[in-house]
Amino acid sequence: MLRLVALFLAAIVAAGCACKAPVTPALFVVVPSSDGHVGKIVVTHGAETRVIDKPWSGQRVTGDGTIEAAKDSEEEVRKAFGTTLSALPGRPTSFMLYFLEGKDELTPESREELDKVFAELKRRPLPDIVVIGHTDSVGGLTYNDKLSLARAERMREMMVGLGIPEERVQAAGRGKRELLVPTEDNISEPRNRRVEINVR
Amino acid sequence: MRKVLILVAALGFAGSAAAADIGLIKVAKGSVEIQRGASKLPAKVGTGVQISDVVVTGKDGSAGITFTDNSLVSVGPNSVFSVEKYSFDSTTHAGQFEGNLRQGRLAAVSGKMVKQSPESMKIRTPSAIMGVRGTEFVVQVDEPKR
Repeated sequence: MLRLVALFLAAIVAAGCACKAPVTPALFVVVPSSDGHVGKIVVTHGAETRVIDKPWSGQRVTGDGTIEAAKDSEEEVRKAFGTTLSALPGRPTSFMLYFLEGKDELTPESREELDKVFAELKRRPLPDIVVIGHTDSVGGLTYNDKLSLARAERMREMMVGLGIPEERVQAAGRGKRELLVPTEDNISEPRNRRVEINVR
Repeated sequence: MRKVLILVAALGFAGSAAAADIGLIKVAKGSVEIQRGASKLPAKVGTGVQISDVVVTGKDGSAGITFTDNSLVSVGPNSVFSVEKYSFDSTTHAGQFEGNLRQGRLAAVSGKMVKQSPESMKIRTPSAIMGVRGTEFVVQVDEPKR
C-alpha cells in the first residue's frame, strides 16, 4: 500500500509540474557486441523518439530538457564506462565436443579442444553449466539414451574434477532425438556424436 | 485514471512473484548493496536478484547481473538501479523487462526475450525511456542542474 501511495504521489508531482523542472540529464550509447553485431535502441524523451543504430553513437538528454545526438567518441565512452563495462558478466556461450562411435570417449580433436573449453568455464566466477549429450542414430532408443547421458555425465565429472562446484553443472542425455545432421535411422554420423555445453 | 489502473496491476504482479530469483549477481566489486523492501543486504557473487530489488553501488562499487533470459546488466560506481518488472517464459521466450536507472551508469546486453520480441526490454531513466531492439548499450544518468 505504501508503495502505491509513493508511486502515485510521484506521478502527481510529475504531472502537476508543467513548469520548467530541472531535467535529469542522461546519455544512451549503442555498443557493438564482441562478434561485431550492432543492434538498435529507441530513446523516448517526452514527445521525441530517437533511434540509435550505429556503433558508439548516442543520444543525450540535456539538463535543459532537449535531446540531441551525443558527440562522445568511442574513447570517451570507453573511458566513462570502463568500470561499468568491465563488470558485465561473461556472455552466455556454448561449446560442442565430439565422441568416438559408441563410446563416451572424446575424439582426439575434441580432446585437444577440451582445455580451451574448461579454461573458459573456469574463468566464470559462478557458472551455470548445462551439458547435453547426443548420439547418432545407430542403435535403439534405450541404448542411445544411456550413451548420450554417459557422455554428458563424463563431461560433468571432468568439470567437477577440475574444481567446478557440483551444483553448478547439470547433465542430461537426449539420445538420438536431436540429431545435428538429420539422417535415416541406423546411420553412423560423427557430427551427431556430441555433447553441447551451455554456460551462463 | 489510467495511471492508477496500471500501477495496481504492476503491484499485483510484483506481489505474486516476490520470492523468485529472476537473476543472479555474478560480479560484485567494492560496495554493492541490494535494498529489498525495508531490508538491505550486501550483494555478493551468488546473491539472487528479485523483482523490485534496488541495486545500489558505492563510489568504489560495481556489479554484474545475469537474468534468466540471458540478459546481462552491469552497473558502475555511484549507481542506483532497480528491476521494476520482469517475466520470462523459457518455452516461448516471451517476456518483459523493465529496469530503472535512477543514478549512475549501466551497461547491458539484451537476451532471449528481445530476440523473440523487440522492445520487450526497457530501461527508464528519470528523463527518458529506452526500448531495446537487440544490442549492447550503455546508459548514464547525471546529476540534474540545481
